[in-house]
Amino acid sequence: MSTGNFENWAGTITDIGPIYPFVGSEVFMFILGLVFWIWWHVVQTKRESKTYEEEVKRFGDADALTKIINGETPEDV
Amino acid sequence: MDNELAALGILFTEFYYWLTVVLMFFIHIGFCMYEVGVSRHKNHMHTLMKNTMLIPLVTITFFFFGWWIYFAFPNGPGFIGGLESAPWATPWSELMGPHMGGAPVTDTLTAEDTAGWARINGVFWAAFLLFSWTAASIVSGAVIERIKSTAFWLLAVGIGSVWWIIDASWGWHSAGWMVQKLGYHDAYASGVIHAIAGGYALGILFVLGPRIGKFAPDGTPRNIHPRNPWLVAIGLFLIYTGFWGFYVACNIPMWDIQAGDGVFFSATNIYLAPTTLSAITVNFLMSLSGGLLMGYIVSKGDAFWTYSSGLAGIIAASAGNDLYHPMQALFIAAAGVIFMYKTHYWVERKFKIDDAVGAVAVHGYAGWFGVVIAGFFLWGYPSSPDTSFATVTPWGQFIGAMIMFWVLGFIPGWVTAKILHAFGMLRIPKEVELAGLDCGANAARYADELGIINAERAAIGGAAGSD
Repeated sequence: MSTGNFENWAGTITDIGPIYPFVGSEVFMFILGLVFWIWWHVVQTKRESKTYEEEVKRFGDADALTKIINGETPEDV
Repeated sequence: MDNELAALGILFTEFYYWLTVVLMFFIHIGFCMYEVGVSRHKNHMHTLMKNTMLIPLVTITFFFFGWWIYFAFPNGPGFIGGLESAPWATPWSELMGPHMGGAPVTDTLTAEDTAGWARINGVFWAAFLLFSWTAASIVSGAVIERIKSTAFWLLAVGIGSVWWIIDASWGWHSAGWMVQKLGYHDAYASGVIHAIAGGYALGILFVLGPRIGKFAPDGTPRNIHPRNPWLVAIGLFLIYTGFWGFYVACNIPMWDIQAGDGVFFSATNIYLAPTTLSAITVNFLMSLSGGLLMGYIVSKGDAFWTYSSGLAGIIAASAGNDLYHPMQALFIAAAGVIFMYKTHYWVERKFKIDDAVGAVAVHGYAGWFGVVIAGFFLWGYPSSPDTSFATVTPWGQFIGAMIMFWVLGFIPGWVTAKILHAFGMLRIPKEVELAGLDCGANAARYADELGIINAERAAIGGAAGSD
């Protein structure tokens, strides 16, 4: 029993092809990878938009921005 | 690998490309340091993360489709033929995973495919991937301090896993249609990496606009000086270091170049045409020197531009550095630096373009220049060992340079940026730009520190009271 295509290294090495487990699941793994990639962008985009909204609310008025530009630390604003 | 000589050749090639990947990693470290050094304090962390996260994003997308594009697109497709079959490069190929090179499991591969690619596919993929990071990182520097991460990372995937690899397939593949029909010669990627990335960045910059305060009301540009010149200097030294890996990764270390009967092994460039490691090593250093020397003169000793000119010098000579005499490499580099420096300031004044780190200049203009000038110096040279291919000409190189900078660089960058802009995804809010991209994180950090300081003050009071 092995999750790979071989159970020992004793045979003829040139007969051995892929040595990773679950050979045959490559398309499935690729689809999972695509979903993971797109999911990451969706989460990141939402978070970034929300962050900017909050920052504009907190630091966006003229007084606060003037203080920051004058070198005051953000927690003083 | 049933005999020692064959094994030596294959394992040496595998190790060779692995080493180039490690060396090229320095390019990315250098770019991160460089960008953070140029950015202002209020934007440091955002700048760092923007560049860092292109690594995983370009990596996975280059796995998903970038590698396949390189092998599938040399005919256009549609210019001189259709899509090429490349079963070893699809993301579901067994050859994209650990493989001993034995009999294939899938029908799409032959025993010849597995024997040939099992030990090379991964390291070759990685070497190309590091080029992809470089292309995306070039763009990253130009757009700092005002682009949304969302936008940049989508743009990075575009240049890193789609556009540059299409141009590589066209002009940096031994059977690419540009090589066959135009005699395109670009051995160390003046156009294939640098001109395209510079053009792409310029296309984005036209839509993105300058940083607040970059231009006076009358349109006069203001210098926004690097915040940390030491970080910039170390960053650029690291990019130089990584460039060694970049150069050798553009070669094939051992190849039988003897046509007809007989055998003669040599290093070759990416087109399988002969060169030597010795030649490119000398030319690399001479073009670096030409760039530094001229950069110092034209910028009147400005450190930022002198360092950048060293890089621009290498880039300007790279298209033909497999064949140039070292003195030619020196003077081409020096001329390329004059061209890129003058063009940078002309474009800045004329179009109000804020190229924050000079990336469009160093990579785009110098790369474009490098491709064009190679057409004159290498006029009539064979572009490939295949004698049916066109020879190198000034017009072939000029067309090639225009394809790299404008067709595959500027236009996709501009169009993508326009789309992102239309959805409000391109530029950060003005208030955040003024407060700094790290304003929220900095406020949280100061609040944490204040909490600790107050606790420490309370502890002092407690300790004093207990005495």
